[in-house]
Amino acid sequence: MPNMNMVQSVNSALDNMLERDSEIVIFGEDVGYFGGVFRTSDGLQEKHGKHRVFDSPLSEGGIAATAFGMGINGLRPVVEIQFADYIFPAYDQIVNEMAKVRHRSGGEFWCPVTIRTPAGGGIRGGHHHSQSPEAQFTHTPGLKVVYCSTPFNSKGLLISAIEDNDPVIFFEPKRCYRGPFYGDPHNVPTWKEHPEAEVPESYYKIPLGEARLAMEGEKCTVIAWGAMVHVAEQAIKNSGISCDLLDLQTLVPWDRDAVVKSIEKTGRCVIVHEAPKTSGFGAEMVASIQERCFYHLECPIERVTGWDTPFPHTTEWDYMPSPSRIAEAIQKTQEE
Amino acid sequence: MVKKETESIHVPDAPHRPGDKPKFEQWSWKPEDLNLLEIDCSVEDAENHAIGLVRVLDDNHEAKGQWDPNLSSDELIMGLEHMLRMRIFDERMMKMQRTGKLSFYMRSFGEEAIAIAQTMALKNQDWLFPTYRQPGAQFVRGRDMVSMICHCIGNEEDNVKGRQMPVHYTYREGRYISVSSPVGTQFSQAVGVALASKYKQLDEVTITWIGDGASAEGDYHYALNFASIFKAPVILNVVNNQWAISTHSNFASNNQNFAIRGIPYGIPSIRVDGNDFLALYSVTKWARERAAKDLGPTHIEVLTYRAGAHSSSDDPSRYRPKDSNDFWPGGDPIERLKLHLIQKKDWSENMHQELEERIDTEVMDAYKEAVKFGDLANGPYPSSDAIFTEVYETPPWHLLEQWDEMKRWRDE
Repeated sequence: MPNMNMVQSVNSALDNMLERDSEIVIFGEDVGYFGGVFRTSDGLQEKHGKHRVFDSPLSEGGIAATAFGMGINGLRPVVEIQFADYIFPAYDQIVNEMAKVRHRSGGEFWCPVTIRTPAGGGIRGGHHHSQSPEAQFTHTPGLKVVYCSTPFNSKGLLISAIEDNDPVIFFEPKRCYRGPFYGDPHNVPTWKEHPEAEVPESYYKIPLGEARLAMEGEKCTVIAWGAMVHVAEQAIKNSGISCDLLDLQTLVPWDRDAVVKSIEKTGRCVIVHEAPKTSGFGAEMVASIQERCFYHLECPIERVTGWDTPFPHTTEWDYMPSPSRIAEAIQKTQEE
Repeated sequence: MVKKETESIHVPDAPHRPGDKPKFEQWSWKPEDLNLLEIDCSVEDAENHAIGLVRVLDDNHEAKGQWDPNLSSDELIMGLEHMLRMRIFDERMMKMQRTGKLSFYMRSFGEEAIAIAQTMALKNQDWLFPTYRQPGAQFVRGRDMVSMICHCIGNEEDNVKGRQMPVHYTYREGRYISVSSPVGTQFSQAVGVALASKYKQLDEVTITWIGDGASAEGDYHYALNFASIFKAPVILNVVNNQWAISTHSNFASNNQNFAIRGIPYGIPSIRVDGNDFLALYSVTKWARERAAKDLGPTHIEVLTYRAGAHSSSDDPSRYRPKDSNDFWPGGDPIERLKLHLIQKKDWSENMHQELEERIDTEVMDAYKEAVKFGDLANGPYPSSDAIFTEVYETPPWHLLEQWDEMKRWRDE
């Protein structure tokens, strides 16, 4: 099986789907001739034709609206918003249009659009190339929300997202395109040698709505998504405490059963996300977990998140959840 | 379903790609072509100016035609000096970016005349609402170069306090409004800035810029409509440098003319040679006078070429011919003003070289001074307390709690 980084695995998913389904078109800023600023669509225009993989004007609202129109008329567009920070001109089209059209039309129209967008920090991108706005979409009924973390799951989840008949916002942690990120900016491994970088060249799917058990343990359930999966893995190793690490993968609908099952075993839970704490998706999970697992919990659920501030440039390592912060939270769950 | 024989979706091509000989139409426009418009001209009067090109410097570097602003030699030399300063500053910052002293950089290469000539044509009380490609305006407004470098290298003296990427300057003293990464947002905001000046009945004009690529954003259209309806004292510039990263301007406009779009909005619109310092100065001064006399907005297409990469993260040889800039009919703005001054016998190659050397020293000295306060590779950085300050006017309890937690980790 070939070793792929996450740029290659995303590219491979798009390539497979363009081959399989003539209704798929791909467009966005710089995605056509150039192959995307992160190179995720490299070579696809040449291979599949300019009418299937093309550049769009710089207009996120226009991209989303056009994808909507194509989607309700039988195509299956996969569009890219170059950075998740730039998705907001498209917010109206996503939240009021894509998310609601199936419902508002009594089921006559639906919108099988996938919006791929690189998200998250760790690349010295400052305010506007670092945000992780998943909660702004999980709060919108009608949307599915996916956040991949590895080459293997990015491909399988992306194929499922594309085949899904509902609109899916697909976040790709840009810090992990070329290697997993363990929270240390001075140690930058590539995906080479990583088991999750063994990616089949052919079509395969990972179902939406299922979490991935990335590590198995007894004492605590750690839940993360995106780049934080790897930071949490490092934290668990550093803590020396035996933990389940659940990579949530899909945020809407999230795998409550897997979370409940793990917490019934461990009785303890730490939720990690890069996005700000207030109204972050962790808050939703905490609420649901206490509804379902109240009598299994041995201690309060911990959250380790980005601060409730804009994402900084030079001091981003003081912003992003670090392995030490996560390890301390895990430790804290063991004290009660 | 009724099928018909037809091609699929039409997707435009860029005129040239790697390996192609760059294709530019040679300019037929001459400085004498277009008359100087009356200040209170009608929208129709400006139509020829929207489809033509206002030039002052002709092919022999002489100033010709009615748009000649008749600037003194001192003013022209000042313009030349600022443009050279911008270019040398950019070259130095780019070198430093390659060594890790900055995370990222964006040059104004080939477009130096725009911010500099246009800002020089304004009054000091006028508001500047730039993109990341107009930092040169700050030199005109007297910003200390050390302070600009401190921002770019993200050190303790960065007045943006380590919050934004390099080149996202803010300089209130010079009425240069904070740069934001999302493209196009400033364009419609500038109309609001201008209307506030109008509300306060102040003699202030606002100038703003947007790229050809970003003119596809809604903000561009909001700006034209609001400015036209409320007769805002604003100068709306579309800098058509042909490329938005890899996206050619023919993905932003089907007819390759941006100026003309202002006409149906009821705004007098002019296209100007963006590498012609005198033409830029003249058109901007004219637009300022219109705004100051309550005649409303002016829409300007500044025709130029992005001579370099979009940014330090970009490699344009992947999507356009490597040497395409050498074929741009508008030439180089610095070279053109230099040759104009030499032709007027106000300047010489020797004087030019001396000026270059003087600015080179000035930039090096400023750089040495700036790195005393740290740089991105080695620190010290602005305090991470700045993550929490100025999120709100006063931090609420939840930020105070998180701030304490951050400090505990940081200071451990």
